[in-house]
Amino acid sequence: MDNPIGKSVPRKEGRKKVTGQALYIDDLSFPEMLHGATVRSPRPRGRIKNINFGGNIPWDEFTVVTAKDVPGANYVALILNDQPYLAEGFVNHAEEPVLLIAHRDKYLVEEARRNIAIEIEEQPAVFTLEESLAKKEIVWGEDNVFKKFLVDKGNVDEAWATADFIVEGEYETGAQEQLYIENNGAIAVANPAEGVTVWGSMQCPYYVHKALVKLFDLPDEKIRIIQTETGGGFGGKEEYPSLIAGHAALLAWKSGKPVKIIYDRAEDMAATTKRHPSRTRHKTAVSKDGKLLAMEIDFTIDGGAYCTLSPVVLSRGTIHAAGPYFCPNVRIHSRAVATNVPPHGAFRGFGAPQSIFAQERHMDQVARVVSLTPEEFRRRNFIREGETTATSQVIHERVDMNGLLDRALQLSDYHAKRERFALANSANGNRPFRKKRGIGFATFMHGAGFTGSGEVYLQSVVSAEATIDGQVQILAASTEIGQGTNTIFSQIASEALGVDFDTIEIVQPDTGRVPNSGPTVASRTSMVVGKLVESAVTALKQTLIGAGLLADGYTASGFRAACRDYVTRFGPLKASATYQPPPNIYWDDDKYQGDAYGAYAWAVYVAEVSYDELTYEARVEDFVALQEVGRVLNPVLAAGQIEGGVAQAIGFTLFENVVWKDGRMINNQMTNYIIPTPVDIPPIRVYFEENPYAYGPGGAKGIGELPMDGAAPAILNAIENATGTSFTHVPLMPELLMERHEQERSLVQG
Amino acid sequence: MNKSEVSFKVNGRQHRVEVFPMARLLDVLREELQLTGTKEGCGEGECGACTVNIDGRIVNSCLVPVAQVDGSEITTIEGVAGEAELHAVQQAFIEHGGAQCGICTPGMVLAAIDLLERNPKPTEADIRTALAGNLCRCTGYMKIFESVVKAIE
Repeated sequence: MDNPIGKSVPRKEGRKKVTGQALYIDDLSFPEMLHGATVRSPRPRGRIKNINFGGNIPWDEFTVVTAKDVPGANYVALILNDQPYLAEGFVNHAEEPVLLIAHRDKYLVEEARRNIAIEIEEQPAVFTLEESLAKKEIVWGEDNVFKKFLVDKGNVDEAWATADFIVEGEYETGAQEQLYIENNGAIAVANPAEGVTVWGSMQCPYYVHKALVKLFDLPDEKIRIIQTETGGGFGGKEEYPSLIAGHAALLAWKSGKPVKIIYDRAEDMAATTKRHPSRTRHKTAVSKDGKLLAMEIDFTIDGGAYCTLSPVVLSRGTIHAAGPYFCPNVRIHSRAVATNVPPHGAFRGFGAPQSIFAQERHMDQVARVVSLTPEEFRRRNFIREGETTATSQVIHERVDMNGLLDRALQLSDYHAKRERFALANSANGNRPFRKKRGIGFATFMHGAGFTGSGEVYLQSVVSAEATIDGQVQILAASTEIGQGTNTIFSQIASEALGVDFDTIEIVQPDTGRVPNSGPTVASRTSMVVGKLVESAVTALKQTLIGAGLLADGYTASGFRAACRDYVTRFGPLKASATYQPPPNIYWDDDKYQGDAYGAYAWAVYVAEVSYDELTYEARVEDFVALQEVGRVLNPVLAAGQIEGGVAQAIGFTLFENVVWKDGRMINNQMTNYIIPTPVDIPPIRVYFEENPYAYGPGGAKGIGELPMDGAAPAILNAIENATGTSFTHVPLMPELLMERHEQERSLVQG
Repeated sequence: MNKSEVSFKVNGRQHRVEVFPMARLLDVLREELQLTGTKEGCGEGECGACTVNIDGRIVNSCLVPVAQVDGSEITTIEGVAGEAELHAVQQAFIEHGGAQCGICTPGMVLAAIDLLERNPKPTEADIRTALAGNLCRCTGYMKIFESVVKAIE
């Protein structure tokens, strides 16, 4: 295929996925393999008093691992290294791993787990971010705070006096389960002679590698991590696999046999990470002509019992909190706090969906106070080229939020519907139970790649190697988790080399074979790692040209011949590329000012809803997602990313309610934690504006997280349009709609 | 409970297995017959990843005790493609983005084929209803519906 970039090349590994041949971790089995299980704390906080092995279980046949068996450091190496692999004497959350067991009979392992009783001498715990902030109990460090940020631009304090209006609001979002359909799992082979090898479902093989080096106190080359086909991640397999891989490896190390640990759904939902619950307070100063004068934002996320990735989630949420607007004075205080619930972690959007929800709900409230329409108020404040964001980053790329808004409102027939719904909603005024309609939108941006200097610290590498028969292997640690890494990388490499798509082979991520290209997170795979793929294969081509084996205008067969000649004469042909930041990027980590991201994706999402006053059901009836993500590398895959993200965001908004009791999720089943099904999702209509980004491969920017950001505020803005009630909390469950509705009804009836 | 013998056909081939009668069909397929294309997503009949076709009806194999399929004919994802080419539904899923991470795909493909066998010209509402027992977390379903429509063409 000529010039595959921009074409909907079919998914590279599609065939094995539709035939059932793709092998996921639970599809693998090793000779003499044992099955492992994790025994977890039944209570949220306290001292471990006793562990009883009861029941009619042949305990002597079991391998049992406790914290005492850890050969190296008993923590998951990540940021603060505060989370133990296995609790030592004290637990800080329910479901915390206390010991590990393994046996060759997987059914017996399950029965054995149920016969181990962990006695906890309980201590007071905190379960919500309010309790943590109020220091009801100090459960982490000196003040329950994992991390704080302050973003300070201009002078907010002086701006209040000049304001015509000051509008305040408070907004909350709940936890959300990633709910990849493939549960977490890993298989380990480990012994002192060969070191540790782990296969597993994961996003970031080198995160697991880093953690296991510490856990086993072994040199880098003695730890090998291999990603198997991964059935969805969405952030849920970013940091957590380090834990399960370590557990499997500890059991393998002690037993001398391969050990497999596969979570069932209930365990996966109860014990693994979720989206951070959040609370955001806004105080906004506006002039009477609708210009933003000052924004003061207070953003708090609940990190759970250990720090894990909370500082970086907080960072992204903080930077996105002020939206795609120009405001001369912005102050954002933010913090991640500790509670005694399982640690919250990475989930698509990574803090941004939480703060953008607040921002975009708040914009509609401010617009109402200033007596402008939501669209007109935003138009007066959209950031333009040459203006600065909250971190004082000057936007150098072309940005046209007004144009995006025009087009999105037109595509959704916004103005006509707004009028029509208003008429229809009031026309039925006297009927007791009405079906109301509304339409609303959100405008937002999402930065691609690691924040600030993150990419510079990562120093990602990609290699390309040509074989003697002219195949080109891409060696990268970026994982295919459904989003299309294999296909996109093949497109980029085949375009850069001018060879057929099938000439490119993506090597399975294996730390024994591929270099560290950084984690598969942060919408960085296409834009950052894809660029390295382009650079690595270009270097490969230059080597062939430099060796006099290839000339301009070569054909596919000429390329094959050149590879054969090169490898025959000189040996292996391999080239690598290392990350170079785009020019003029400056970031100050102390002041939290500067170029937070190399590039932003820009978007306007419009939701149309119906609200049934009889059943209290709010439904999304139509959804328009318009975005500018640079150049679109593969239209089908790109639209698939947007549609999937929007569907998750609809779940976040109207369906997915984590019910907590004493710090544990009690609806940890797909029967009562509801994700959208095929009959719940409206038509999701996806449109792109293309504005090629100079430093992305083929002009691409990041895309993966963006669609998680806009749906929640768009839907609640639409519900306000339908009902006249401003809701400030997601998930917005029917119970909450009912409660509010009945309050209003009783007020009316006096 | 003791193991007993159960015999049934899978993808046209006769099997006789010595298993606990209450073992889940899902486990027998995956562990005894090494047919790992059938996936477990929830273990409680909610997600449809373990969908197989038993005697012409699709079911969640995590809810079926193996004793119940004695004498039955079962089709799993491994039995869907022809010798040389894929089923039209499989081909459409590849070309139109119906599969992303792929873990729900075997069940989704079996449910879509079952629909088309019963109703060769389904409306979009028919497609949504027929697939309502199969959950996907990646696609938002749009490309799955589109794949089913394209498979008909």
